Amino acid sequence: MSKMVTLTIDGIKVTVPEGTLLVDAARQAGIHIPVFCYHPKLEPAGMCRMCLVEIGRPMIDRNTGQPILDENGQPKLQFLGKLETACTNTVSEGMVVFTQSEKARQGQKATVEFLLTSHPLDCPICDKGGECPLQDLTMAYGPAQSRFEYEDKIHLAKHVPLGDLIYLDRERCILCSRCIRFQAELVGEAVLTFDERGRSSQIVTVSDPPFDSVFSGNTTDICPVGALTTADFRFGARPWELKAAASICSQCAVGCNIVYNTRREARSDGRIVIKRVLPRQNEEVNDLWICDKGRFGYHYTESRARLTAPRAEGRPVSWEQALQKAAEGLRSASQKALIASGRLSNEDLYTLKRLADHLQMPAYLYTPIGGGEWVRRYGLSTGSDLSALGKGDAILVVASDLYEEAPLWYLRVRQAAERGAALIIAHPRTTRLERQAPHQYVLRYAYGDEGEIIERLRREAKIAQTLHEARNLVIFFGNEGMGLEQSESLAAACADLLVETGHAGRIHNGLIGVWPHPNAQGAWELGFQPIFDLQPLFETMDALYLVALDPFGDGWVRQNGRKPFLIVQDILETATVRQADVVLAACAYTEREGTFTSGERRVQRYYPAVPRYGDSRPDFAITAALGAKLGLNLEAQSAARLFQEIAGAFPAFKGLDYARLAETRPQWPPTGRADYPFSGTAQPNTQGMGKILSAVAEGTMTPLPPTMQKESLRPEEGTLLLVPIHRLFDAGSLLTPSALLHGRIGAPHIILHPKTAQEAGVTAGEKVLIEWEDRQAEALVKVEEHVPVGVGLVPRSMGIPLSRAARARLHLAERVR
Amino acid sequence: MSQYLLLRHREIPEISRLEVYRQHGGFEAFQKAVTTMTPDQVTEVVKASGLRGRGGAGFPTGLKWSFMDRKSWPHYVVANADESEPGTFKDREIMEGNPFQFLEGVAIASYAVGAQRAYIYIRGEYQHIARWLDEKIAEMEAAGLLGEKLFGTDYSLRIYTHLGAGAYICGEETALLESLEGKRGQPRVRPPFPPTFGLYGKPTVVNNVETLTNVPLIVQNGAEWYRRMGTPDAPGVKIFSLSGRVKRPGNYELPFGLTFRQLIYEYGGGILDDRPIKAIMPAGASSSLLRVDDRVLDTPLDYVALRQFGSDLGSASVIVIDDTVSIDWVIQKTIRFFKHESCGKCTPCREGTYWMKHLIDRIREDGKEEKQVKLLLDVARQIQGKCLCALGEFSTMAVVSGIERFPEDFRETVLEGVPG
Ligand SMILES: Cc1cc2nc3c(=O)[nH]c(=O)nc-3n(C[C@H](O)[C@H](O)[C@H](O)COP(=O)(O)O)c2cc1C
Ligand code: SF4
Ligand code: SF4
Ligand code: SF4
Ligand code: FES
Repeated sequence: MSKMVTLTIDGIKVTVPEGTLLVDAARQAGIHIPVFCYHPKLEPAGMCRMCLVEIGRPMIDRNTGQPILDENGQPKLQFLGKLETACTNTVSEGMVVFTQSEKARQGQKATVEFLLTSHPLDCPICDKGGECPLQDLTMAYGPAQSRFEYEDKIHLAKHVPLGDLIYLDRERCILCSRCIRFQAELVGEAVLTFDERGRSSQIVTVSDPPFDSVFSGNTTDICPVGALTTADFRFGARPWELKAAASICSQCAVGCNIVYNTRREARSDGRIVIKRVLPRQNEEVNDLWICDKGRFGYHYTESRARLTAPRAEGRPVSWEQALQKAAEGLRSASQKALIASGRLSNEDLYTLKRLADHLQMPAYLYTPIGGGEWVRRYGLSTGSDLSALGKGDAILVVASDLYEEAPLWYLRVRQAAERGAALIIAHPRTTRLERQAPHQYVLRYAYGDEGEIIERLRREAKIAQTLHEARNLVIFFGNEGMGLEQSESLAAACADLLVETGHAGRIHNGLIGVWPHPNAQGAWELGFQPIFDLQPLFETMDALYLVALDPFGDGWVRQNGRKPFLIVQDILETATVRQADVVLAACAYTEREGTFTSGERRVQRYYPAVPRYGDSRPDFAITAALGAKLGLNLEAQSAARLFQEIAGAFPAFKGLDYARLAETRPQWPPTGRADYPFSGTAQPNTQGMGKILSAVAEGTMTPLPPTMQKESLRPEEGTLLLVPIHRLFDAGSLLTPSALLHGRIGAPHIILHPKTAQEAGVTAGEKVLIEWEDRQAEALVKVEEHVPVGVGLVPRSMGIPLSRAARARLHLAERVR
Repeated sequence: MSQYLLLRHREIPEISRLEVYRQHGGFEAFQKAVTTMTPDQVTEVVKASGLRGRGGAGFPTGLKWSFMDRKSWPHYVVANADESEPGTFKDREIMEGNPFQFLEGVAIASYAVGAQRAYIYIRGEYQHIARWLDEKIAEMEAAGLLGEKLFGTDYSLRIYTHLGAGAYICGEETALLESLEGKRGQPRVRPPFPPTFGLYGKPTVVNNVETLTNVPLIVQNGAEWYRRMGTPDAPGVKIFSLSGRVKRPGNYELPFGLTFRQLIYEYGGGILDDRPIKAIMPAGASSSLLRVDDRVLDTPLDYVALRQFGSDLGSASVIVIDDTVSIDWVIQKTIRFFKHESCGKCTPCREGTYWMKHLIDRIREDGKEEKQVKLLLDVARQIQGKCLCALGEFSTMAVVSGIERFPEDFRETVLEGVPG
């Protein structure tokens, strides 16, 4: 516990820990000192000079070390004679601060007047208008009139693209450097900087491609003016026209808390649509941030490919007919199975599981990564929080590129490392985390040697010691280079390591699966079995019920002759939907309520943001209606009631209900309208911070000795090993409707080491034909140093149907023709 | 006794050669310090000598050295050779003429604060000096005066030069450190000051070239000897860079306590064309303008002396202004300079200098309207006391003092005969 210090601000006594910045201390006491450059998540820069206040410090007698008293017995105060910045001064005992004195007000007014001399004041056409700190603080602190000659105003470019997603208006920029510092300090990517000096200073991006960061959108939330806007939202709506709905991002397993801002839109036939996504504060999950996929990837919800009604044999039918048909198909099939994805809510998955059990058919989770069983037993438990990790703790990241697979985990792991946590990264190639985080140990292994990772960690004395001595240990595992079975063995080995090092079953400790979907963990918790290769099912089953997956689109299932009766439930017209006998039209998660269980085992609620599309229905309601046709009575109306059933049936969920999930806890920094200047436009959390599941009964069970099948392929002389990798921006059916992301997604490509490229006789930018097994695909060549020699990295869901590592041959596409 | 302590090349032309410098006692002080004194004893001598920083602020040098945080290592010494104040050209002459005495000063300072690495940050335009110093450093290394285990002790030291890229702000010590680290040259928030958090976040002493060049003689001859020169407030000698409307501009090394009258008339030969003196800028472009009268001319100069007239000695770059020069022209010059050199980090300086430039240009182009002059004064005052570093403050000095002390130069005019 740090020492407490008591000071007086505007006559109010405030007691805060030693080292607290004055501006924070004031805010904790409810006093808003105006700021532009200060942001509670960034190092103070002291540059805008908006937070000028008068500070008096008790005079200390040099001999006694005691305060000198005046005739009234009060400590004598010493004022510097000039104003000081509240954002760079820390509190001290007995300090007396005036934030609203004549002198302080004069200083604050001066800063506003100075800032406005260069500001275009084009509020009427500015996206920030209505939620703009400069507007607000000008009203509160500025002079009513400027003495600056209008003709002397500087004129600068107003539509400068900083990459595909963010625009800069140089006139509006007040040069506070928040955007620069966000990227440099929090993300570890100094992609923005100032160019020139003095009044010619301007923000520029120094990366290639420009603004090369998946966190770029956050800069628009903390920019205190309308200088940074997103390509998505700019000129799209006025803030006061928007409604807000609390939700959870569905693009990865982190479960960032977000808000959907919606408005009725003429261009969308008068429907209420999503206009933008903002982060919603959850200091246990995503702080004030989200990644660009979460912010810009929502456009699929209004895609032309949305299913609006059920279909049978290719024709629209009534729900009654469709369900009848589906029920018959299932009833008459002797071999049948249900396959669902981690995109579905807990309520949906629970309902599906009940149906599967009733019909005695297996319930599969379609996943490229295995091992959720181990996460269920050894994952994080109630009360855990990655932001609690720091010095003395260790984080192990195995076979996962967190930056691309779960950006907010990258951010939080990097932060933990900044705070002093030991970071151990085991990966076959250099990832961004490795390049940009301090305090790390790296274990490099070859693709194919995944079975030895944990053993090798044990053998590296320094790493082993760090793991053993760590107060807390969190392990993230992914599946780069691995199939389902290998990643399952890896998870088991990781769990084993947690047990061996004495970290299993403790708060702030545990295993996290870097799943590609928001609720894969929910499926594991609810008893789904993993599956990835669906081809055998398609060859042996009489009927399949596929919910929220597109194996045909992924290119991993091919129809050869025998065709099971296919029931496909989805929100979009996919390649799989086109193969279906019965199509059940589900509504998007933004159109209903439900819960997701994140990779940290945190159950979080989301709320309806927009009305349902056409005649689509929530997944659980569809399944319940189907169940009714098959003699099973399931809850069809209320997600909340379903969740109650889950809590009754699964010990890990015990004691949870929708009301508890909606609870919030006090958070720092404060967010909301009055704090836009302080914290930015990240939204306050009023609708729930979620709850981590409790450790399950088996939590103390020792994992099976890991038995890693040695079937993974290794790079070999003279051949090329293709390895699928996960890239944040892929060409999956849910992301391609977001047109503004196309630049980030790019074309299908293969990434080679310069040497590999040279040996294959190809160069960067050339088009090649890749041949593996009995397949082939065209791709552009990219050449990057971090790829191991002899390996070709192929991003998943980019039009190259590579489901697992394979040996391949490369040819120049031209030469083939 | 010889006339020079610092500009000794004026008497010993070959002193820039190592053997000549050594023949004249060169590096005895360094050897004496390293082999017979503890670092704290060296600091004590410098403290006792009353030596104050010659970079402008006049901060007691020994005291600064004693602030070095002993819990954090390594320590660094940085010599500030950015010399960019308009009217200042003394460090250049020292480094060109008497380089070894300066380097010896760097070496002694390094020993005193336990630094094994010292950097000389040199303004970009002094590229030839950087190359020159590199040669001198190499000679010192060859002679065993720099390198590992000096004079048979455990003390090791290396000195490196580093060129700036032409920004005045990089003379400000924290901007200098940023620039030295390879970052944008912009000042840091202080505190923490460099002796706590300096180069690469480590304790660092930053001293001006002239300051350091005093050190070898102080260590060699003792504090008492040094205190015999100058005034109690400012012992020792100072190089005055004299420029402006004088007959013999140049560097004059003189003890503190002499007067402007002596400096300008005795040494500088008086005013060009023997015109009346009107104003003095004692600290280059950053000065408050002194309205000259006998009291000003006859005040013995040191750091406190000019405060009574609302000015500062600063780096003693004395610019002399006679009655042919109009003060609004002077102000326009200084504003343009500071507007050009403002680093842009903080609002009042960045926006204020830009605003002042427009105002002074308008005043000088469209005639001196009272309203505009008053606004200029207001804007300058509004900048004061609010900036992140002293440059912003500097930008207002000539403006405020000029308008206040030379009101006749700002009387309403309808554009006629603006002198300058
Ligand atoms: C804008 C600005 C420019 C400065 N330029 C110089 C300079 O060119 N040379 C210098 O020695 N000190 C310069 N200084 C002073 C330094 O910040 C610092 O006080 C000095 O180097 C300390 O050395 P000293 O104690 O030996 O004087 C400048 C200060 C400011 C605010
Ligand atoms: S763009 Fe916005 S956040 Fe960045 S420096 Fe300008 S005002 Fe600040
Ligand atoms: S990190 Fe994951 S959950 Fe968070 S915004 Fe990005 S995609 Fe969504
Ligand atoms: S006062 Fe001027 S030079 Fe100093 S930090 Fe501010 S803008 Fe930069
Ligand atoms: S200087 Fe304190 S908020 Fe900008």
